[in-house]
Amino acid sequence: MSSLERREASASPRFSIDFKALGPFMALVVLFVLGTAINDAFLSGGNLSNIFTRAAFIGIIAVGATFVITAGGIDLSVGSMAAFISGAMIVVMNTLVETLGPGLETVLIGIVLSIILGIGAGAVNGLVSTKGKIEAFIVTLGTMGIYRSLVTYMADGGTLSLDFEVRGTYRPVYYGELLGIPVPVLVFLAVAVAGYVLLNMTPFGRKCFAIGSNEQVARYSAIHVDRVKTMTYVIQGLCVSIATIIYVPRLGSASSSTGVLWELEAIAAVIIGGTMLKGGYGRIWGTVVGAIMLTTIGNILNLTDAISNYLNGAVQGLIIIVAVFLQRGDWRRKKSK
Amino acid sequence: MTDAAVHAVNPGIGGEVRLSGRKICKSFGPAQVLFDVSIDLHAGEVHALLGENGAGKSTLVKILSGYHEPTEGELVLDGKSISFADSEAGEGHGVILIHQELNLAEQLTVEENIFLGREIKRGWFLDKTAMRAEAKKLLEQLQCDVDPRTRIRDLSVSDRQMVEIAKALSKKADILILDEPTAVLTGREVEILFDQIRRLREQGVAILYISHKLDEIKAIADRVTVLRDGRHIVTEPVVDLSKDDMARLMVGRDIKQMFPHRVSDTSAPIVLSVRDLSVPGHVRDASFDLHKGEVLGFAGIVGAGRTALMEAIIGLRERSSGTIERDGKPVRIASLQDAKNSGIAYLTKDRKGSGLLLNMDMRPNLTLLALEKFGRVIVDRKAEEAALEKAIEAFDIRAADSKAKVGDFSGGNQQKLLLAKVMETDPDIVIIDEPTRGIDIGTKSQIYHFIGGLTDRGKSVILLSSEMPEMLGLSDRIAVMAAGRITGILEGNDRNEHEIMRHATGISGQEGVSVHE
Ligand SMILES: Nc1ncnc2c1ncn2[C@@H]1O[C@H](COP(=O)(O)OP(=O)(O)OP(=O)(O)O)[C@@H](O)[C@H]1O
Ligand SMILES: [Mg+2]
Repeated sequence: MSSLERREASASPRFSIDFKALGPFMALVVLFVLGTAINDAFLSGGNLSNIFTRAAFIGIIAVGATFVITAGGIDLSVGSMAAFISGAMIVVMNTLVETLGPGLETVLIGIVLSIILGIGAGAVNGLVSTKGKIEAFIVTLGTMGIYRSLVTYMADGGTLSLDFEVRGTYRPVYYGELLGIPVPVLVFLAVAVAGYVLLNMTPFGRKCFAIGSNEQVARYSAIHVDRVKTMTYVIQGLCVSIATIIYVPRLGSASSSTGVLWELEAIAAVIIGGTMLKGGYGRIWGTVVGAIMLTTIGNILNLTDAISNYLNGAVQGLIIIVAVFLQRGDWRRKKSK
Repeated sequence: MTDAAVHAVNPGIGGEVRLSGRKICKSFGPAQVLFDVSIDLHAGEVHALLGENGAGKSTLVKILSGYHEPTEGELVLDGKSISFADSEAGEGHGVILIHQELNLAEQLTVEENIFLGREIKRGWFLDKTAMRAEAKKLLEQLQCDVDPRTRIRDLSVSDRQMVEIAKALSKKADILILDEPTAVLTGREVEILFDQIRRLREQGVAILYISHKLDEIKAIADRVTVLRDGRHIVTEPVVDLSKDDMARLMVGRDIKQMFPHRVSDTSAPIVLSVRDLSVPGHVRDASFDLHKGEVLGFAGIVGAGRTALMEAIIGLRERSSGTIERDGKPVRIASLQDAKNSGIAYLTKDRKGSGLLLNMDMRPNLTLLALEKFGRVIVDRKAEEAALEKAIEAFDIRAADSKAKVGDFSGGNQQKLLLAKVMETDPDIVIIDEPTRGIDIGTKSQIYHFIGGLTDRGKSVILLSSEMPEMLGLSDRIAVMAAGRITGILEGNDRNEHEIMRHATGISGQEGVSVHE
């Protein structure tokens, strides 16, 4: 059986660099070089910490989105969900000030509430789409509208502001530092590491890949497809709640315009990072890099006068399209099936 | 390997040479899968291409029709060297390939699929009436009783294959290549297909036909080319080769014993007992027992409810009634997980649709069903790698590159991997649905002996197969289903083709129910 020869031939290690996996990293490096060239201030500690802190919001949400998308789903409701959760947190904390005072308890209860709401909202998205057999796109389009209008209702069309004293207690969650690193960045890192382990090293993560590649095969492999899919939405909800917990002390308010278009930024970060929109393949580190890239683009545009800041969205859009085109890799092959 | 130099092509049995491949080589990355292969296709002739799984048949025909580019060598069409930019260019020159895998758009209807990309138009609009009429005519030609307005996803695999054939016929091929068209067809459908092939041959079409079924080759082919490990072995008129010759040329050795020698013992304890199981619309009151160490065959025509019955047993389908006992104790199986926990495993007949993750490599595929064995919290990659190495060895999986996507594997190697995946759970009872669909004769024999090995070790097997020799060669007893009912369980001397057909068509045994698939 001389297929042996063939096996041996391919057994020799390949030295080629995996451009597909490294692509987002290289693009980020290019952006950084560009940023430095445009303005020396780009590489200053203050600016970098600014970039990473801002990237943390979208990044944390995008880590959750990586699970949903890898398992073949989509969640359009994350931006509204974040607005709704922050609104609910503010209302509850403001009410608690009267009984518990503006201390740590109030903030902790607010945080716990956020987590419960996040998990609950995720579970709603997951259960309605799996048990109700409705496309996730439709379900989350619906909940997107529901969460958005709930926050508008809570704010009575205006803005909900966090009690000033509570804000003082809560402040370190966004502005604090540990070992010189801003807290949001540390949280982002922790979420990313946890996400990486969960997606790449556990049976759960493997099941997400399987479901995203072919649900039927997953079902025939004794995987509880509905359960795993619902879990990805719960993880997404949890990530949104964590991002919200960091976000509230920064703005100190919530209104109907909070978190608008975050879902698109999160999905963009995931896709730039190399996760496939149609499911079956996901990469947490890619997502992290994607989120940082999106923030960096905005930052660079802030530092230069060459392109108007108002064109931020256009540049981001362009980068997303180019990134996906490069990753698909077909452009290198002459012919494909 | 001096065989590579041999390509003594016999003088044409049919007409002039239409399309030839000359000294074709093909590599995918570091792996070379074709070595200097030459082949001539004559007008008005059926040329059969034979070879083991992974020999490179599909790759060769994909090159001939423009889907792949040869790494070296050239194509010659009507005496002129030609290179097809893509498959459309190939089709433009009249070279039509019916792929081994079905290539239909599941959400579209039969007629939409047949005319996909070549819609009949009237002005700016689609001429639906014309397309429907034409589709109807094509299907009638194939005696295929399918409404052109049905969506593909609602069709059985054999009907899908017939639609694929109708689509190819509608393209008016000069050179028609069929890559294992009959793997999913029933006997009657094969006959219909052969009639069409004969008709086209009469019209002077050059036909290249791939199949692992040597009977078919004998029946339809004029000339045979054998490939082995990517090399051309011989090209001979079919009359000069016996089936044994062909098998030997393909495998490179004699296949002495196709089936394992097994001793059946019907007094062995009952490990699985199914009573009065019904699935609405598919199965009615099915009851049977399975003994330890037994192979119980399930025969019946397509749509008789065999697969539905098995899927109901393992919790993949709702059942309206019925009880299941394992080793004499009642068990509740509501999901595949439950079935797995009671030591029952199921090998699906649809290896691409529900068996393997085609976009992934072997490792995650192998361990998917038995994932908890490799760690409940963290998946142990080392253990997975070790399991993969063992499986490659035990099942003789030949992959050019162990990191390649499973979708690029040849059919036989996919099937072996699927078998390995199912066996990872170490089941006591294995339900095997069509284990050798699209599989070469050498690998078939390997799989048969593997099944024999299972029963020797005290495992029990339920075998669903539409291949009669396989059914008769492996089974101790044969349950026959017709229209959703078990019409008889044949033992001893009753295990013969005649009895099976009598029960399968409902001439003998209980009366069936009407079943809508
Ligand atoms: N796109 C691809 N990329 C990498 N390897 C491939 C690709 N297509 C085929 N191969 C490899 O080429 C070899 C020949 O495959 P091919 O599909 O031509 O075999 P075959 O003779 O048609 O087998 P079967 O009878 O199972 O269909 C196999 O080892 C297969 O893994
Ligand atoms: Mg093939």
